[in-house]
Amino acid sequence: MMQQPISFYFDNRIVRVADQPITATVLAWLRGAVRRTGTKEGCAEGDCGACTVIVAELADEAGDAGGIRAGNLVLRPINACIRFLPTLHGKALLTIEDLAGLTDRALHPVQQAMVDCHGSQCGFCTPGFVMSLFATYLRHQAAQTTPDRAAIAHDLAGNLCRCTGYRPILDAAARMFALPPATLDTAPIEAALRAVAAETGAGLSYAAAGQAGPGARFYAPREVDALAAWYAERPEATLLAGATDIGLWVNKRFRDVGDLLYLGDVAALRCIEREGDVLRIGAGATLEAAWAALIGLEPALGEMALRFAGPPVRHAGTMGGNVANGSPIGDAAPVLMAMDARLVLQHGAQSREVPLDAFYLDYMRNDLAKGEFLRAILVPLPDPDTRMRAYKISKRFDCDISALSCGLAVTLEGETISRVRLAFGGMAATVRRARHAEAALHEAVWGEAAVRAAMAALDEDFTPLSDLRASRGYRRLVARNLLWRFWLETRSAAPLPAASVRVRTFAMAGAV
Amino acid sequence: MNQDFSPDRAACGFARDIPLVLDAGEAAALRAGARVGISAAHESAHLHVAGAAPYVDDVPEAAGTLHAALAPSPVASGVLRSIDRAALLAMPGVVAVLTAADIPGANDCGPVIHDDPILADGTLRYRGQPVALIVATARDLARLAAARIGPCLDIEPATPVLTAREAYARGDALLPPASLIRESAPGALTAALAAAPHRLGGQFSLGGQEQFYLEGQIAYALPTENQGLRVLCSTQHPSEMQHLIAHALGWRSHQVLVECRRMGGGFGGKESQSGLFACCASIAAARLGRPVKLRLDRDDDFIMTGRRHPFEYDYDVAFDDDGRITGIEATLIANGGHSADLSGAVMTRALCHLDNAYYLPEVAINGFVARTNTQSNTAFRGFGGPQGALLIEIVMDRIARHLGRDPLAVRRANFYGVASRNVTPYRQTIEDNVVAALVDELVAQADYQGRVAAVAAFNRSNSVLKKGIALTPVKFGISFNVPHLNQAGALVHVYADGSVLVNHGGTEMGQGLNTKVAQVVADALGIGFAAVRCSATDTSKIANTSATAASTGADLNGMAARDAAMTIRNRLADFAAARHGGEAADVQFANDVVRVSGIALAFATLVRQAYEARVQLWSDGFYATPKVHWNPKGLHGRPFYYFAYGAAASEVIIDTLTGEVSLLRADILHDAGRSLNPAIDIGQIEGGFIQSMGWLTTEELVWHATDGRLLTHAPSTYKIPTANDCPAALHTRLFDNPNTEPTIHRSKAVGEPPMLLAFSVLLAIRDAIAATGGPGADPDLRAPATPEAVLDAIASLDAIRP
Ligand SMILES: Cc1cc2nc3c(=O)[nH]c(=O)nc-3n(C[C@@H](O)[C@@H](O)[C@H](O)COP(=O)(O)OP(=O)(O)OC[C@H]3O[C@@H](n4cnc5c(N)ncnc54)[C@H](O)[C@@H]3O)c2cc1C
Ligand code: FES
Ligand code: FES
Repeated sequence: MMQQPISFYFDNRIVRVADQPITATVLAWLRGAVRRTGTKEGCAEGDCGACTVIVAELADEAGDAGGIRAGNLVLRPINACIRFLPTLHGKALLTIEDLAGLTDRALHPVQQAMVDCHGSQCGFCTPGFVMSLFATYLRHQAAQTTPDRAAIAHDLAGNLCRCTGYRPILDAAARMFALPPATLDTAPIEAALRAVAAETGAGLSYAAAGQAGPGARFYAPREVDALAAWYAERPEATLLAGATDIGLWVNKRFRDVGDLLYLGDVAALRCIEREGDVLRIGAGATLEAAWAALIGLEPALGEMALRFAGPPVRHAGTMGGNVANGSPIGDAAPVLMAMDARLVLQHGAQSREVPLDAFYLDYMRNDLAKGEFLRAILVPLPDPDTRMRAYKISKRFDCDISALSCGLAVTLEGETISRVRLAFGGMAATVRRARHAEAALHEAVWGEAAVRAAMAALDEDFTPLSDLRASRGYRRLVARNLLWRFWLETRSAAPLPAASVRVRTFAMAGAV
Repeated sequence: MNQDFSPDRAACGFARDIPLVLDAGEAAALRAGARVGISAAHESAHLHVAGAAPYVDDVPEAAGTLHAALAPSPVASGVLRSIDRAALLAMPGVVAVLTAADIPGANDCGPVIHDDPILADGTLRYRGQPVALIVATARDLARLAAARIGPCLDIEPATPVLTAREAYARGDALLPPASLIRESAPGALTAALAAAPHRLGGQFSLGGQEQFYLEGQIAYALPTENQGLRVLCSTQHPSEMQHLIAHALGWRSHQVLVECRRMGGGFGGKESQSGLFACCASIAAARLGRPVKLRLDRDDDFIMTGRRHPFEYDYDVAFDDDGRITGIEATLIANGGHSADLSGAVMTRALCHLDNAYYLPEVAINGFVARTNTQSNTAFRGFGGPQGALLIEIVMDRIARHLGRDPLAVRRANFYGVASRNVTPYRQTIEDNVVAALVDELVAQADYQGRVAAVAAFNRSNSVLKKGIALTPVKFGISFNVPHLNQAGALVHVYADGSVLVNHGGTEMGQGLNTKVAQVVADALGIGFAAVRCSATDTSKIANTSATAASTGADLNGMAARDAAMTIRNRLADFAAARHGGEAADVQFANDVVRVSGIALAFATLVRQAYEARVQLWSDGFYATPKVHWNPKGLHGRPFYYFAYGAAASEVIIDTLTGEVSLLRADILHDAGRSLNPAIDIGQIEGGFIQSMGWLTTEELVWHATDGRLLTHAPSTYKIPTANDCPAALHTRLFDNPNTEPTIHRSKAVGEPPMLLAFSVLLAIRDAIAATGGPGADPDLRAPATPEAVLDAIASLDAIRP
């Protein structure tokens, strides 16, 4: 395939970049190459949101789930610090500097509301907050809704402010809808993106000028077959999805990732669809889209979805990446395991299915062969007799890494447990099921005695580590207690509502 | 002859086309000419929201700029025998690898005691300590080389001392131990402890806190003519940077110019500790003759700089049946880290705030600053004050639980009096005490008593979740404890077109200092906000400035700027009376109009006339805080010009199964004197409250127990509050209380005191935990109250578990 420059819409025109290394971040390019310094770096690891920008792409293809719709565009807030520049090919990049141009006033309503409400102090976090709020603004403008305070706070969960205490920013988010509106004219962006799409053909093949040798190439095919073939031939390449893990390897660990094979432009991999009694989540679907689909099956997953990273990470990262990366504290795997998910793995033209609970072999090792990739996650539709919850425990409610997390499900026949899945993260070298505790529940009556037996059995299942997030003793105790909480919430007699067993649910349910 | 005057212009803020959003009262006052007491938007707000407010890294780089990175020590303790630079010099882009031996002047960036090497000088003191300065053509290349230092070092490792208790046990202190003792007669404390009807003793453990300014440390040094440097630095203390750089280069101060327009947050972390980076960038720039920028990666910022001191406490307190303290003895052990930095002054402030709002008749407080092989701890908003005051609030709570009384009643029984019981342990008589009235007002505002009953009712009918509530007061001393630091200078220029430029020695870190100072100047000259502009803090404009710290920024610099502006105003009044008739004293300046003997003319017109008449239209101004004095040996005197007060009531809910906590509601009443800018002051109060809540709940620092690595070295592992942690029910009000001292427009400092407000959150968590036990339950809760700490505290009560 022919080498092409990275082409994307920026600053009201198509720009073409041919001189950047394949792992140059969007943030480095903005601040360094084009000196658009409004976007800030606070951490370079996706955790502070100071670098939040919006990436827009054409909605024609399957990939709009989870994004914000404006005209024929889908927009997503993302962290520029961990996004590689070549992945912008065929897309549009909007930054803080673009906002004032969307209105004939001095400031966009989002910006004006921030000024009016005293939403900035040192101002360093502010561009990132404004961009996250801009995403909120667009979403509700399109839907003709206004968010409540809790929804706004969730939208801001990926942005840190050390000065204000957030109250004035939350106020500004309410006020921005009361100011004279500003609209994003998507037509010129769409036209530009169509032009780029037309010239791109089968996909982008890029290397920085003068560095086209192995280890420095970026390839972004548009078809699964092309991806599979390329990867099978070059299994030493790094498969790149949302880069919310890989971006950190590069920024913080200086890891040389070699050639990059980007799957984010393969529309077929981003599909989420029902096939009979299975939900099929394409490996390239964003976390935002995938969680929304899972919540559609099981509303009790709402809190877990909200607590998985923050919006900019969820809009960039994929659930496939989370499962494939296979961290023992990954939050998707316990949930998916409790739902009996299976994985579709593909190598060249071959594909096979493995149950998720057989996928992880050891610490950060999985069943993928060289050149093989995860194509889709298959989630059986829950049956009505299944009771399920997912819990995450961390020091902070939002955007924290789990000390432990779990997906817990029991299927009842009458009062007897016919099927049980108790999957835990943070308790062992991989996410895995608690077989002893499951055995204690299997075929038992869903009652206090069985639950206590299962709680005790957890000690046989896991010998967790002590680390900076929690001690072994805490993990053990809380794993048991979460089983107890699960029972309190799902027992047949007088089940407790979430607001009686979870502090955030209580806090959000009613002001004092 | 009214000219150029548009009343709408007066309704605008510092951005001339953005009208201010004000309540009716402030809007009317603004139209009537008021410029202080107005909630003007931050002078840079319109720039912040547009990404158009430049920070150091946003300034265009000069051609030929090189980038530096610091290579960290891989061990917490040991001897550095040698560094083999060859391998690093061979790496792509690397221009220079500098070590301690390459520093031409003093290898020291200690602000008070000279015990703080810029680059390791043979002894390795903490893991992450800079051992070499790598300079390369690009930042990534410098960072990469720095990360590869390990194999180039020849090190003999030693066993580090990592906890303050361990250093205390060995008697290893960074500074001589200090004791603040006040007794009615010699031996009275021992007698009070022995004779007391009730006595409690114990230990308490309080974690440190990372500043987590959103903008990391950065310095950019540019060579100038004749052996000079211009250094752009994100710092709260440009003068100190100037001195340290000159010291390191063996230069005189006038060779170095340090400039700071704004910081992306400071919180004390850029008071002394920006020095290391300012010095390194400068050493490299001076040596290589090229501009050098040093911008830290966030992880390096965590592992190289210090933060709020963690404290350990031992205490013994005697009290009567009402819970009134009759005597207290306490030992405060601060983890100072590897060097003294500002720890001496931090400890002094801790000792001077242990009393908080309470009279302590017989008292002995001992301070020990432990030397450990960790980052050197430093200033952080409150500067030891919060660490001192928190202990007494824990003690109040314990007394109340011991006696079975309402904690608020015990607090009230111990409040300082107005005419008696009003002398602090350091023998300053409190002349402005309003704590009782303030607390009464908050009790009513928050319906405290009603909610205590509601919390108890909730707890009776809920087994998994428990609620708690607490109300705690604040008294915070304002002034630097070191009297000579309480001075400031300013420079005001009125240009011939009537526009005004203000410069002062304070630095803007988001606290709104420039906004307040500009308001003061606009008020003095009777002009609109848009006519006043603040410029970067610059050591070539105001010399010998103090750090912008100790909450004193507006008090000191506002006064100095007013002094300068009034000098110009008086000159203008003299001129106006001479030119247009009448008495100078009768000339009025308001709303951009000057009224003199029956005529009104635009301020700009008068200025033009005065310029042509050769009147000096710029002036300096100076201010030194009166009355303060301090005996640093005996620890007594009048360290504080006045006190700021406040109180907060917080209600929390905890999960007894997991230890998770949520703040449900907070009511705050705070004394900012007669506020210069209510919106900015409320911003400081709420921002400080949430920041302090983070310190006491989710922000946990963890070091590896044996190798001394900081494990919580990034926002992925160190968790400051997010928007979801700010309760929907957050009710903040200002307590109307003009300063009894003639401070700038009778306002009060507001930066640090609010850190104490969030004690109510920790105490409410304690209350909720106590609800899991029987009557008199007194949980052993450490801070931060992470979910694990909460479960441990519940276990300490032997509560019934499922
Ligand atoms: C601020 C922040 C907060 C976070 N919070 C959470 C959290 O709360 N819970 C949690 O679990 N995780 C969290 N994460 C991590 C999470 O975002 C990632 O694990 C993410 O899901 C990975 O997806 P990605 O698309 O970004 O993968 P990438 O970073 O692109 O890739 C990750 C790995 O997966 C491989 N990979 C990707 N796709 C495939 C595929 N289809 N087939 C085979 N291999 C593949 C890649 O080669 C790479 O090895 C957080 C990350 C950040 C930066
Ligand atoms: S810089 Fe912090 S999230 Fe990107
Ligand atoms: S305003 Fe300073 S970090 Fe948000």
